[in-house]
Parts: sequence; structure tokens; C-alpha cells
Amino acid sequence: MNDNVIMRVVARWAMPLILLFAFYTQVHGETGPGGGFQAGVMIAAAFVLYGLVFGGNEMRRIVPRRLTDITAVLGVLVYAGTGVYALATGYNFLDHVALMPGNRSAAEAWGMTAVEYGVGITVASVMLTLFNEITEGTNPGQEPDTVAPDAQERLWG
Amino acid sequence: MSATDPLNLMLLTLLLATAVAVVEVRSLFSSVALAAIYSLLMGALWMVNDAWDVAFTEAAVGAGVSTILLVGALVLTGRHETVRKTISWPALAACVAAGALLIWGTLDMPAYGDRNAPAQQHPVYNAYVQQTVDKAPDGKSAARPTSPQAGDVAAVPEQPKNFFDGHVPNQVTSVIVTYRAHDTLFETAVILTAGMSMILLLRGRRGNPQRGGLL
Repeated sequence: MNDNVIMRVVARWAMPLILLFAFYTQVHGETGPGGGFQAGVMIAAAFVLYGLVFGGNEMRRIVPRRLTDITAVLGVLVYAGTGVYALATGYNFLDHVALMPGNRSAAEAWGMTAVEYGVGITVASVMLTLFNEITEGTNPGQEPDTVAPDAQERLWG
Repeated sequence: MSATDPLNLMLLTLLLATAVAVVEVRSLFSSVALAAIYSLLMGALWMVNDAWDVAFTEAAVGAGVSTILLVGALVLTGRHETVRKTISWPALAACVAAGALLIWGTLDMPAYGDRNAPAQQHPVYNAYVQQTVDKAPDGKSAARPTSPQAGDVAAVPEQPKNFFDGHVPNQVTSVIVTYRAHDTLFETAVILTAGMSMILLLRGRRGNPQRGGLL
């Protein structure tokens, strides 16, 4: 779809807006609808849009497979890490008051924020991984933007 | 008949029609598009029933990412499904039995929005609602005395323990990330497992020169 000017322009303009709204949802997860899951899916949707219009190779130039592999696990590490930190400092597992032992309300807010970031990072990475693994290899050894000539007919035919 | 009942009925009818169409249409591409429409209608239903977080997630995942993944799978498989003219009676009986069991199970549930439902009366739930709904951080509520002091003109009623000091108006987040943090942790782990299984199964297959696979 790279030869279509409208697609290129719209994707280039839409992607930062989608990412901005995704970050807004992530940060304001506690004060409005949203949170980690929704923000992660939207971040992945922005990159999927880019990958659809400009090709999988181009998208993987920006977000390599190694990066999504690492950040997928990093998110769960952040989440479980806050729990284990609470355990290590003498509180219950995932008892967020351990982050600021005197001030329960602020500690809970900080704990929720950290945990939601973990969820968001993991969900975004895994959605991108799913997109990468499902859409690559339409023919053995080929990338989606050099897809087999009959795939267009098979889809739109 | 409340104000949203006609809207609910219309959405549910459309949902039923879309579900029948997804199964009956023979072109798989149309099925995928109809599945996206189904997700959108579900998102609208959640919104009408005041479940904003779920509606958000349904729209993003169901009508967004999931459609793209199905289209990607379509490129790998054929475009039409093979025609099957016969009905499988054991499958039909199993579906009808499961549906009947589900409906029988809902007969015991409290009425929708019932004030005396166990979910609304539980003290932990009450604590979370009372400290999140209509609250804004004022810097004072954490120190508010829990029993009326002498000299209070209008005695402040006994407040439940205030965990959040108005930081978290969204009570869905406040419940799933603190009270139910274990559940959310393992949901995230399940998502990670899904990603890992895709990597193990599909990466490196069919002679992909980029990475060696494990299978």
C-alpha cells in the first residue's frame, strides 16, 4: 500500500495521534476509563497501522523483534517486581503500601501506576509479536511486503 | 421499561443477526468483517450498560487488533470455507444443553441493579465505592477523624478506611490493581504466554532465514 498517497499521508498523521491517545489512556488509567490493557492495545494498533501501510520490514526496522521480545517480559517483571519488593520489605505480596511505608494513599497510587505500566508494556509488545508472527511468512522465507503474487487475489479476488 | 431498554433491544437484535451472519456467510473475508462489527456492537452494549473500561477494551481488541490478526490468517488460508450441508446433531444438542444450563444459572442471580445484591453490600466493595465515587484529592481526607470530635457542628459520619485519598476515581482500576492485583498479574502472564507460544510455534518455520525456531 506504499504507492497510495492517501494511505501514506493518513498513516503518517494518524500514528502519532494514536500513540498520544494511548499514552494519555495509560497515564490517566486511574482517573478515567482505560489503563494498561487498553493503552497497550492502542500502542500496538498504531504500529500495526504503520506496518500495514509501509510494510512489515519497515515496521520491524523501527521496532525490531528483539525489542518486543525483551519488553514483553520486562512488563511482567515490573509487575511481579513490585510484588516481590513488597514481600522483601516485610509486607504482603503486592501490598502497595510497601512503596511508601508511612503514607498509604500515595503508596497505593504509586503502586497502581507502576503496575499499570508493566501491564501496558507487556500487552503492547505481545500484540506486536502476534502481528509479526501471524503476518510474516505468507510464503516460505518471504516477508509480507514481498508477498506472493496470488495472495492479493486470494484475499480480494 | 427504562429509557435504555429500546436501545438495548435494538443492539441485541443486531448482535444476534450479526452472529448468525458470521456463521452462515461462506466468504471468510466477510466473516472477519462481520466479526469486527460484532465486536463493535458488543462495545456499544457495554457502553449503554455503563461499563466504560470493558467497552474500551472490546473496541480496541475486538474491532481493532483481532480483525487484523484474522485478516492475516486469511492470507494464509483460503478465502471461502468449504460447504457443509449437513447438521451435526450431537453438536447442536451440546450447544442447546450448554445454553439451557447457562440460562438456568442466571435465574438465581439478583435483579439487574438490585441494591440488595450481595455484590453491592459486601463491606470491601462498599469501601472501594465510597472512597472513589465523587472524590477528588483534597489533601485532608487521609487525616479525617473517623469518629465525631466534640465541637463538630455537623458531625462527620464514620468514614471507612480511605486507601486512596481521592487519587483513584476510576473504581474499576482501583479494584483490579490493588484488591485483585494477583488476578491482573496472572492475566498479564497469560498474555505473555500467548506471545511466547506464537514465537515458539511460528517463528522460524517454513525456512524463514531471519531466526531459527524451536519447532
